Amino acid sequence: MLTRNLSKVALAALVALLAGCQGGVLDPKGQIGVMEKELIITATILMLLVVVPVILMTLYFAWKYREGRGEAYEPKWSHSTKIETVVWVIPIIIIAILGVITYKSTHALNPYKPIESEEEPITVEVVSLNWKWLFIYPDLGIATVNELAFPANVPVNFKITSAGTMNSFFIPQLGSQIYSMAGMETKLHLIADEPGTFKGISANYSGHGFTGMKFEAIATPTREDFQEWVEGVKASGETLSTERYEELVEPTEYHPVEYFASVKDGLYFDIIWEYMGDMGRIDFYGKPEYGAQLPEGVILPQREQKSTTHEAEEASH
Amino acid sequence: MSTSATAHHDAHHDEHHDTGRNTTLGFWIYLMTDCILFSCFFATYAVLFMNTAGGVSGKDIFDLNLIAGGTAALLLSSITFGFAMISAYKKSKGGTLLWLAVTFLFGATFIAIELYEFNHLIHAGHGPSTSAFLTAFFSLVGLHGLHVTAGLLWITIMFIDVAKRGLKDRTVTRLGCLSLFWHFLDVIWICVFSFVYLMGAM
Amino acid sequence: MNLLGKLSWDAIPHDPIVLVTLAIVAIGGAALFVFMTLAKKWGWLWREWLTSVDHKRLGIMYIILALVMLVRGFADAIMMRTQLAVATNGSEGYLPPHHYDQIFTAHGVIMIIFMAMPFMIGLMNIIVPLQIGARDVAFPFLNNLSFWLAVSGALLVNISLGLGEFAMTGWVAYPPLSGLEFSPGTGVDYYIWALQISGIGTTLTGVNFLVTVLKMRAPGMKLMEMPIFTWTCTWANVLIVASFPILTAALAMLTLDRYLDFHFFTNDLGGNSMMYINLFWAWGHPEVYILVLPAFGMFSEIVSTFSGKRLFGHKSMIYASGVISLLGFIVWLHHFFTMGSSANVNAFFGIMTMIIAIPTGVKLFNWLFTMYKGRIRMTVPMYWVMGFMITFSIGGMTGVLLAIPGADYVLHNSLFLIAHFHNTIIGGAVFGYLAGFAFWFPKAMGFHLDPKLGKVSFWCWFIGFFLAFMPLYVLGFLGMTRRLNHTDNPDWNVWLYIAAVGAFVIAIGIAAFVLQLILGFKNKDKNLDKTGDPWNGHTLEWSLASPPQFYNFAKIPHVEDLDAFTDMKEKGTAYQRHASYEPIHMPSNTNAGPIMGLLATAMGFALIWHIWWLAGASFIGLIVAFIFRAYASNTDYYVQPDEVARIENEHLDNVAKG
Repeated sequence: MLTRNLSKVALAALVALLAGCQGGVLDPKGQIGVMEKELIITATILMLLVVVPVILMTLYFAWKYREGRGEAYEPKWSHSTKIETVVWVIPIIIIAILGVITYKSTHALNPYKPIESEEEPITVEVVSLNWKWLFIYPDLGIATVNELAFPANVPVNFKITSAGTMNSFFIPQLGSQIYSMAGMETKLHLIADEPGTFKGISANYSGHGFTGMKFEAIATPTREDFQEWVEGVKASGETLSTERYEELVEPTEYHPVEYFASVKDGLYFDIIWEYMGDMGRIDFYGKPEYGAQLPEGVILPQREQKSTTHEAEEASH
Repeated sequence: MSTSATAHHDAHHDEHHDTGRNTTLGFWIYLMTDCILFSCFFATYAVLFMNTAGGVSGKDIFDLNLIAGGTAALLLSSITFGFAMISAYKKSKGGTLLWLAVTFLFGATFIAIELYEFNHLIHAGHGPSTSAFLTAFFSLVGLHGLHVTAGLLWITIMFIDVAKRGLKDRTVTRLGCLSLFWHFLDVIWICVFSFVYLMGAM
Repeated sequence: MNLLGKLSWDAIPHDPIVLVTLAIVAIGGAALFVFMTLAKKWGWLWREWLTSVDHKRLGIMYIILALVMLVRGFADAIMMRTQLAVATNGSEGYLPPHHYDQIFTAHGVIMIIFMAMPFMIGLMNIIVPLQIGARDVAFPFLNNLSFWLAVSGALLVNISLGLGEFAMTGWVAYPPLSGLEFSPGTGVDYYIWALQISGIGTTLTGVNFLVTVLKMRAPGMKLMEMPIFTWTCTWANVLIVASFPILTAALAMLTLDRYLDFHFFTNDLGGNSMMYINLFWAWGHPEVYILVLPAFGMFSEIVSTFSGKRLFGHKSMIYASGVISLLGFIVWLHHFFTMGSSANVNAFFGIMTMIIAIPTGVKLFNWLFTMYKGRIRMTVPMYWVMGFMITFSIGGMTGVLLAIPGADYVLHNSLFLIAHFHNTIIGGAVFGYLAGFAFWFPKAMGFHLDPKLGKVSFWCWFIGFFLAFMPLYVLGFLGMTRRLNHTDNPDWNVWLYIAAVGAFVIAIGIAAFVLQLILGFKNKDKNLDKTGDPWNGHTLEWSLASPPQFYNFAKIPHVEDLDAFTDMKEKGTAYQRHASYEPIHMPSNTNAGPIMGLLATAMGFALIWHIWWLAGASFIGLIVAFIFRAYASNTDYYVQPDEVARIENEHLDNVAKG
C-alpha cells in the first residue's frame, strides 16, 4: 500500500520534472528520442519499486531499532533462508524484466538500423573537424559547416567520420548519439517528427575548442522548404575543393556557418581513406559505401551480400 | 619501536614468518599479473596485425629458420634450468653454478638472435614506426625480450649469490622463483612463436 | 646536448591563479620545514615513519596522502563548479580552456588514483592484518615501496602544477587526442608517468595482501570465516592483480606512441584508438569495484557493530562480492555503447551490467536485516552508513538506467553520467572511507574525535552532495554534455548555481572534518581510548591496545568464531595474561623504500622533460637499489619476551582500569 502510494508520488514528481525539461532529451521532437524517453521512464519506475522501499526501510529500521527504545533484540540472529531467498529473488525478477526490455530496446533503437518510413531518406555525410562539423550532402552535391538541414518527417541517414580527434555527433532532441572516429565510419538514423531548429553538439570532449563545437539542426516543415534551403546553400557559389578542405581542417573555434555550392567528388571517402587505407580488415571499421571512383591502386575487399540488419552489425564494432 | 631488540641472523623463523612459502606464492601471483600484461599485448597484436599500412606483413619478413634457432636455445635453457634446480635441491653448489651458467648462455643466445632480427628489420626499413603491424610485433616480441634480459640479469645475481653464500634456504627459494619466471617466459615464447611467427608466416 | 631536456624557464605557468597557488604551497612548505627543523623532528620522521615497514604506520601515511590529495582534488572541483556558475549566458568565466581542461583532468586523476586508492589502501593496511590475527603483511618492504610509489605518482601530478602543464584530455586520456599529434606538450606525459608509477605500486599491494590473507591468517580462521572487511579487500586485491596490468599495458603502449613514434593508437599507419579505449576500461571498470568493495566491507563491519549484532548473511555477502568482482570484468563496453557496436554486443554488455545490481541489491538488504532486531547506536560512522544507503540506492538506480544502451544513447557523456558516478563514488566509496575513518580512528590513533563535529561534517557532505549532484541529473536531461568550459543556455543556469552552492556546502563539511582532526590532536589526552575496544567490537583488531602494539599480537590468537573477539569476550578468554612470551620476529625499517620512491620520481620527471641522462641514471639506480635491498641480509630482528610482557601488561592494566 505504502509502496504504491509512494510510486505515485514519485511518478508525479518525475512528471513535474519532465515538464520543466524543455529542449533536452526529455523533450524529444523525433521518433527515436520519443522511444528513448519512454524507455527511461519505464526503467526508472521499475527500479523505484526496489529503491524506494530500501530507502524507507533504512530510515524505519534505524528509527525502530535504535538503542534505548526497547524493541526486540536478537544479537545472534544472522541467517534466514527465507529472507535470503527473497532478497536474491526480488532483484533477480526486476533485472530479468529490465533485461528483456534492454534486449528489445537495444535492437529497436540500434543507431545503424534505418528508420522505416514511406518517405525517401536523405543521406548526410558528417565529418567532425577541430572544432566544427562538416556536413556533405552526397546526393545534392552541397556541403555546409555547422548547419544541418533536412525536412521534418523524412528519415535522415547519417554517415559519420572524423578528420582528427574523436567526437560524438549528438542532437539531443532527436535522440541517439554516435562517436565520430578517424579512418572509420559510424552510422546514425534519425528523424524529426515536427519542424524546428534543434541544438546539435559534440558530446565527446575533443580538446581546446570543444565547447564551441556546436551546430544547428533545422528540420524544415516540408521538402519544398528544404529545397529552398538547398538553393540558399548553392547561392553561395563556393566550392569545397581539396585545397579549401585543407584550410578547413586547420583548428578553429566557434567557426561560423559556411555554405558550399559544390563539393569535390568523393571528398568524404578521401577523408576516411586517408587513414582507413592503412588498415587491414576494412569491413571491420565500417567501410564507406562508395560508388564513385576509388583512388588509384585501391582495391576494396568484396563484401558478401547480406540483409540490412546483418550488414549494420557487421559494419559496426 | 626502538627497544631492547637484538638482531638474529640465522634462518630461524616462527610460524608467522614462513617467508619461503609466502615468497613462492607471491611470485606466482606476480607471474599471473605478468601473464595479463602479455595478454594485453597479444590482444593488441591480434587487432593490429592486419594493419600493415601498405607495407610488409609477417609473411614478408619472418625468417622461420632463424627464429627456430632462437626458440631451440630458449627451450633448451628451460631444461638446463631444470638441472640447476635439481642440483640446488641436492645442495650441490658446483652443479648449480654450472647449470646456471649454461642456462645463461642459452638465454643470451636467444637474446642475441632477437637483437639480430630486430636490427636486420630496422635496417631493412621495417622498424616499429612504419606500421601498426610492426608496432605491435616489435612491442610484443620486445616485451618478451625485455623479460628474458631481466631474467639474465637475475641469473647473474643468483650466480653471485650462490657462489658467495652457498645454497641457504632463502637462496633456494629465490632460485625456485627464478625458475618459475624462466619457465613462464618459455611458455609465453611458445605462444609468441605460434601466434606471431608460425601463423604470420603461413 | 641540452642537460635539461625540454625544461626551461618557460615551463613555469604565468597564470595568476597558478602563481598564487604555488606561492601558498611554497609558504606552507617553508613553514613546515622550519617547524620540523626547529622541533628537531626530521630524524624521528625518517626513522619512525618514512622508513617504516609497519603496516599500521604505512596505512596512516597512506591516509594522510589521501587527505592532502582530497583537498587538492576538491580545490579543482570547486574551481570547476564556480567557473560553470559564472560562465553562463555567453560569459567566458575566469578559467580559459587551457587551464580549465587541465583542472578537470587533474580532478579525475587525483580523486580516483591519489585520493580514493590511497584512502582505501590505507584503511586496508591498518586493519586487514589485525583482523586476521597477523603480525604484519607478507612482504613488509614491498608494502613500504608501494606506498612510496604512490607518493611518487602524486608528486608528479603536483609538480605539473608548477612546471609545464597537466594533461588536457579528461582523466581517460583517449587517443588520438592524447597522442603526440593533438597533445604535444608535457601534460599527457605527466599523466602517463604518474599513473604508471603509482599503478605498479598498487599491483604490488595487491600481490602482497593476497599472500597475506592466504598464508598468514591466525590458526582456526578458515577462509570463509575471515571478517567481511578483509573479504571485500581480498576481492579488491584479486581485482587489482587482474586489472592493473591492463592499465600498465595501455599506458606503456601510449608511451611508445608518444616517445618512440609507434602506431598503436594513432590515426595514421594503421593505429587503432579503439584498442586503447577498450584496454582502459577493461582496467577502469574493475577499478570502480576496487574502490567500492572495501567500502562495502566497512559498512558491513559498522552496521553489525553498532547494531550490536552479527552481520546478516555473511556468506551471501562474500558470494555477492565475488559475483560483483567477476562481472566487473565483462561489462567494460558499457562505457562506450555509442561507439557503434552491434545491437547484440551492446545488449550483452548492458544486461551484464544490470546483473551487477542483483548482488549489490542483496548487500543492501543484508545491511537492512543486520539492523533488524538490533540495538542501533547512532554514532558518527553509523550516520555515514545511513547516508550511504540512501545515496547509493539512487546512484545504483541511475547506473542501471545508464546500462540500458537505448537510454545511454542520449545520456552518454552528459552531466547525468557525471551525477551518476559521483553518486556511487562519493555516496559509495567516499562515504565508506569516511565511515571507516571515523570507526577505526580511535584504533589507529589511540584517541577519539569530537562526534559533534563529525556529525556536522556528515550533514554538510550529505546535504552538499545532494545539492551539488541532483542538479547535474537534471542538466543531463536538459542536454548538457560534460567538460564544457562555459554555457549559453538560460534554462541551465539555475541548476548550475545550485550545484555550485552544493560544492561550497561540501567544502564546509571538509572544513569541519579538518577542524575535528585539529581539535582531536589538541585535546588528545582528554579523549584517550584506553581499553582498545571503544565500540564493543566484533573482530580481532579490537582485542589490541589503541594504537595497537607494534608487533600487533603478543600471542597469535586462536580463532573459533566468525566474530572472533565477541566470541572471546563471551567465553571469557579475551584479555588473558600470559606468564611468559616467546621472542617476536619483526622486520626492520628500511631506507630502500623512500630512496626508490625518490628515484622513481626523478625518473618520471626526467622522462617527462626528456632529460635522458637523468632518466637512465635513476632507472639504473632503481634497479641497483632493489637488488641491494633484495639481497641484504640484515632485514629483521627479534623483540625480547620481557619487552613484550611489559607492553602487554601495561595494556591489560589499562583494560582492567577501564
